[in-house]
Amino acid sequence: MHEGVYREFEETIAAGERIEPRDAMPPEYRATLIRQIAQHAHSEIIGMQPEANWITRAPSLRRKAILIAKVQDEAGHGLYLYGAAETLGARRDELLDRLHAGRQKYSSIFNYPTLTWADVGAIGWLVDGAAIVNQVPLCRCSYGPYARAMTRICKEESFHQRQGYELLLALSHGTEEQHEMAQDAVNRWWWPSLMMFGPPDGESPRTERSMAWKIKRHTNDELRQRFVDIVVPQAASLGLTLPDPLLRWNEERGHHDFGPIDWAEFHAVLRGEGPCNAQRLGQRRRAHEEGAWVREAAAAYAARHAARPAGRAA
Amino acid sequence: MPGGTDWPLWEVFVRPRRGLAHTHAGSLHAPDAELALRNARDLYTRRGEGVSIWVVPATEILASSPEERDPFFAPAADKPYRHPTFYEVPEGVRSL
Repeated sequence: MHEGVYREFEETIAAGERIEPRDAMPPEYRATLIRQIAQHAHSEIIGMQPEANWITRAPSLRRKAILIAKVQDEAGHGLYLYGAAETLGARRDELLDRLHAGRQKYSSIFNYPTLTWADVGAIGWLVDGAAIVNQVPLCRCSYGPYARAMTRICKEESFHQRQGYELLLALSHGTEEQHEMAQDAVNRWWWPSLMMFGPPDGESPRTERSMAWKIKRHTNDELRQRFVDIVVPQAASLGLTLPDPLLRWNEERGHHDFGPIDWAEFHAVLRGEGPCNAQRLGQRRRAHEEGAWVREAAAAYAARHAARPAGRAA
Repeated sequence: MPGGTDWPLWEVFVRPRRGLAHTHAGSLHAPDAELALRNARDLYTRRGEGVSIWVVPATEILASSPEERDPFFAPAADKPYRHPTFYEVPEGVRSL
């Protein structure tokens, strides 16, 4: 396709080996990865907001410490991913500028509000659960730095998913009021979680090329189906129901059938018309702008002390 | 920051608890070495991954180029006498 210029690239992909930062790669491969990794990083950073919303109001010290650790992990995931994007020649500050200007997206899920404490559990169980199903195949992505970042992230995500499940389990086996709160949270987060896998296969323009390049390993619909099959028995074990009257086991397919997704809502959220889009981006911009003088102070301090000898290696 | 200048990039190497050598863990941005070290501690060792951290400005690292891979590493392949398996040892000789 590139008249042999990228023969080595294509051979590496075909052999199932990894592309590394200094290898020659088609510009479209580079651009696709920068876009995907940056938006993944942005999602981690914006994703801190809906949960951090409950840090000061967590109902016990144990739950509060867990939640703080989780939000800290998400900041770390953002940093790993920006680091991976930078190996492709992108600059972190430029990627953040693009996020702040609304020119790069983040996951649709973080535009939904966290209305009760149970939402923290639903996010851990469903949202991080969906993220894991999405991300585990990325550990085998053809681009080495991205695959390595994902391996590290997936390890930590399973802690997040378990804490969410445990939180919901405590609520669903608590008082009637707590049970209702858990069920209400699941009702509100179920469909947005299914939307995290992206548009249906027929409407996902980049899927085919990303699969040919082994950036993506499965289609959106395949991963969505896998998630549904995993979550249905987990919901039963929680004593909670999923808000879909068409959800049932299909013996013939060996999978669960489920009802249609409201794609109009999905596209509206992506256009910036979801419940929290303006709030999320506004808060990120504000933190960036109001933190400018602190970053400048740190840079000025570093410049003044640049001549000082550093500590010795140990 | 205003003007679009990001903090410098640092590469992070961590030596695991029982590890013999520092291994590349990842990278991060920080204004100076001290903050790079602190941030590396929080970012790469918060689950007990290591007991020693090195941070190095990314600009200080020179990497071999993939285009030169073959000529650059070629001499190793045609010098089999560099490997212990090149030498014949009579059967029964021990500790050699």
